[in-house]
Amino acid sequence: MKNETPNEGRGGLRQRVRGLRVTLWTLIVPPTVWAGHFLFCYLWVAVSCAKMGAFPRFPTAFVIGTAVALAIIVASGWIAWIQSGTPGDPPPHDDGTDIDRLRFLAHATVLLAALSFVAVVFTAAPALMLTDCR
Amino acid sequence: MSLHAQDDIELRRAQEDRLRAVWAPPTGWFGRWTDVNNNVVGVWYTLTAFTFMLFAGVLALIMRAQLSAPGNDLVTPSTFNQLFTLHGSMMMFLFAVPMFEAVAVILLPQLLGARDLPFPRLSAFGYWSFLIGGVFVAGSIFFDVAPDGGWFMYPPFTTRTDLSGLGADIWMLGLSFIEVSSVAAAVELIVGVLKTRPPGMRLNLMPLYAWYILVVAVMILFAFPPLIAGDILFELERLMGWPFFDAARGGDAILWQHLFWIFGHPEVYIVFLPSIALFAMIVPTFARRPLLGYPWIVLAAVGTAFLSFGLWVHHMFTTGLPKISLAFFSAASEAVAIPTGIQIFAFIATLWAGRVVWSTPMLYATGSIAIFVIGGLTGVMVAVAPFDWQAHDTYFIVAHLHYVLIGGTLIPLFGGLYYYWPLITGKKLSDRIGRTAFWFLFAGANITFFPMHFSGLMGMPRRVFTYPAELGIGGLNMVSTIGSFIFAFGVLLVCLDLARSPWRQKSERNPWQAGTLEWLAHPDDEDWGIRSVPLIESRYPIWDQKNFVSKVDEGRYFLPDAEEGRRETIITSVLDARPIQVIRLGTPSAVPMVTAGVLGSVFILTTYHLYWLAAAGVAGTLACVLYWLWTGTGEIPEKERKAIGHGLSVPLYCSGASSSGWWAMFITMMADATAFSGLVFGYYFFWTRADDFPPSGVGMEGPGAFWPMAALALTLASWAMTVAAREVNARGAEGAARALLGVGGLVSLAAIAAGVAGPVATGLQPSLHVYPAIVYTLVIWTVTHNAVGAIMQFYTMARSIAGRMTPRYDADVRNITVYHHFMAVTAIVTYATIGLFPGVS
Repeated sequence: MKNETPNEGRGGLRQRVRGLRVTLWTLIVPPTVWAGHFLFCYLWVAVSCAKMGAFPRFPTAFVIGTAVALAIIVASGWIAWIQSGTPGDPPPHDDGTDIDRLRFLAHATVLLAALSFVAVVFTAAPALMLTDCR
Repeated sequence: MSLHAQDDIELRRAQEDRLRAVWAPPTGWFGRWTDVNNNVVGVWYTLTAFTFMLFAGVLALIMRAQLSAPGNDLVTPSTFNQLFTLHGSMMMFLFAVPMFEAVAVILLPQLLGARDLPFPRLSAFGYWSFLIGGVFVAGSIFFDVAPDGGWFMYPPFTTRTDLSGLGADIWMLGLSFIEVSSVAAAVELIVGVLKTRPPGMRLNLMPLYAWYILVVAVMILFAFPPLIAGDILFELERLMGWPFFDAARGGDAILWQHLFWIFGHPEVYIVFLPSIALFAMIVPTFARRPLLGYPWIVLAAVGTAFLSFGLWVHHMFTTGLPKISLAFFSAASEAVAIPTGIQIFAFIATLWAGRVVWSTPMLYATGSIAIFVIGGLTGVMVAVAPFDWQAHDTYFIVAHLHYVLIGGTLIPLFGGLYYYWPLITGKKLSDRIGRTAFWFLFAGANITFFPMHFSGLMGMPRRVFTYPAELGIGGLNMVSTIGSFIFAFGVLLVCLDLARSPWRQKSERNPWQAGTLEWLAHPDDEDWGIRSVPLIESRYPIWDQKNFVSKVDEGRYFLPDAEEGRRETIITSVLDARPIQVIRLGTPSAVPMVTAGVLGSVFILTTYHLYWLAAAGVAGTLACVLYWLWTGTGEIPEKERKAIGHGLSVPLYCSGASSSGWWAMFITMMADATAFSGLVFGYYFFWTRADDFPPSGVGMEGPGAFWPMAALALTLASWAMTVAAREVNARGAEGAARALLGVGGLVSLAAIAAGVAGPVATGLQPSLHVYPAIVYTLVIWTVTHNAVGAIMQFYTMARSIAGRMTPRYDADVRNITVYHHFMAVTAIVTYATIGLFPGVS
């Protein structure tokens, strides 16, 4: 009995996630987060180097910003992953049904989340490696 | 007894007659040019862009002839500068981007099973703008006044009028005008893809070509406006002496590079993705199987679009920016190889999994992948900053970019030409000539550009009109020149093939046995677009859906008739393509052409400093646009709903977020907001570059806080009145709505006065220093938008009084509300920046 409760809870959450509305806007959440993170990094470095003449003073802000960006990407990828597993007709899921359209958008979102995750890590890496403005 | 009305042959014939009459093209010497059907305008567009490409190609041949031997004096240095500037500018602005738009407006209606895209008159306007602007820019070389500052027009040499002539103005103003047509086309294409798909064509059944076009059109919305912002600053400096790029007065030439490359890098993908989209149609047809990895291609297109905006600084690696900034852009430049690679592998995998028919279009497709991949690999090399420092501004870069553009844009377009020619003319091109031309093109491209990698690494800089024999690159250059003529011979063969086309036999229908909707086209095409708008259940309906072609032809699907004698198409919902409206489309009219002509005169007259005449042109353009809108939009239909067949009936009028006009307004405002961001970026950029910004001194005092805040308050009040007018109008209080709109318009005018009062009261002198100049620019931008907002409010009030807008038919007020939302945000950002930020900083 003890084991069943968390399972039910997870199942409930999965059900709720599956029920979320998916649109063209949700598809572009992961790359938009990449864009926001990229802009944040660029401005943070450019303003610090230009106005303070030194390597950015607030590395904590950078680490937090990167962690938040990655968390949103992972979350949206996870939601999309659950939705892409919505049961329905057999593969290849290419039909003109509500479920196949949902699965397609979800699948594309998962892929975009993966790409965005890699791209955010790519962008964050130099800030960890380089430590001055030269 | 028949079960279906369409079994009646007489009925079908009567329907066809009605459709034919409604869609008949205009006739007459002048009348035929007033056509707005995208099928026709698209063909003009394509031919014009193709002609500009040939012209720009000839310029390149002259350059290659000049560079064939060291110390050559075929052309003067000045002519050489004009040649390379015009070659690059024309290939980008007059060929690659317009060609994408031209091909898209021909193909999209057919791919989407629509009678036409939602705004055919807008397409015609875009075409005429393109033609006028293009002839103006290209023709300048015959008068020895062509632009000569390189296709990126770096200041300060180009902004100083003592160092550069009329050419710089021609480039800026002529191409700004063409950018207007690009944004117009983007609006048409985005709304077309989202709203005019046939019933049942959900997002996951959309042809990949449409996905690419959607993505690229959105990219145009975010890429072109920063360049328009840059153009504004550039011309203000040249014509008025406002020092945005003049270091002596606080300006900075690097700002231009930022604004230019925020446009310039995505531009490369804007011209690459549509050509790759042609592959996405060609490859499945000749692999005889659906493309593998549909979501992966969508990932690649969307991912590339996003990442391509994080690359612009890799064109500026040598400008002295902090290395850590360079590292971010280096990382993004390498990341973009991932989605690009995914696309290429999806095509290769599809070919591998299918039974490939080695047709002529297929030959072009595979050949161009080979060339593109070489360009992509050198792209990864130059994305690495230390290598770029070595290769920057050498022929290595020339080699890289031509491999990318020839492999990624030009040869795919030729492949598309061979593939889609039967769709447009009903005739196939010659396989023999096509294949011969291909091998000349393929060999020519490699012989021309591969040696340039070495001449670049050996030290040959770009944009030099000659070089000394001691450099030892004479042989490599001679090989390149020979290659360029081999390539040109390939292009000539293609032209000959096209020229012979009118004498060829019609081919059979769907000659490649493709599976997608556009191949419903009949060799003896009718102008109505599609006989009946089909119900889509598959990505390849011709392959998968039973009796599909005959059902469409017999009018068994939707909207098989034109009972009211109107041009119509079905509007569907964005996600699932459920029919929600029938819209009446624009009919042939001289208004788009005249509007383009009058607007063109504004840009051309400004080039020659004829400001009063240009101001008359602005007034004329406004009059044309108001006439166009008043007579051609927001029409109240004669009945509420219309039956489209199969027992379905949909409204003839929609307003708000489900209507195509609302979407067009929203999308246009996205572009507008992006251009505005470019100007705001300028303000904060100057702040980071200078120790004292705002500076102190006479004529440089900021506009203070009072007037900016007053202007902001008035703008927000006007916004609130517009929103209120929309609400009370919907509740039936038309009188109150008119009053709110009228007063709102007056308040908008007051906001203009308050906005201008700030800098005027404190005596800001824009030619003194960049700070007053950028403050004035932001104010001018904002109050100009106030003026447009006031015109919209008065216009909508007049529509209501004239009975053309009612509580039920309220698209006008809903659309202008979208404008005023953006207007409010613009005012908040501008006035907080100029009024409050100086106090904070």
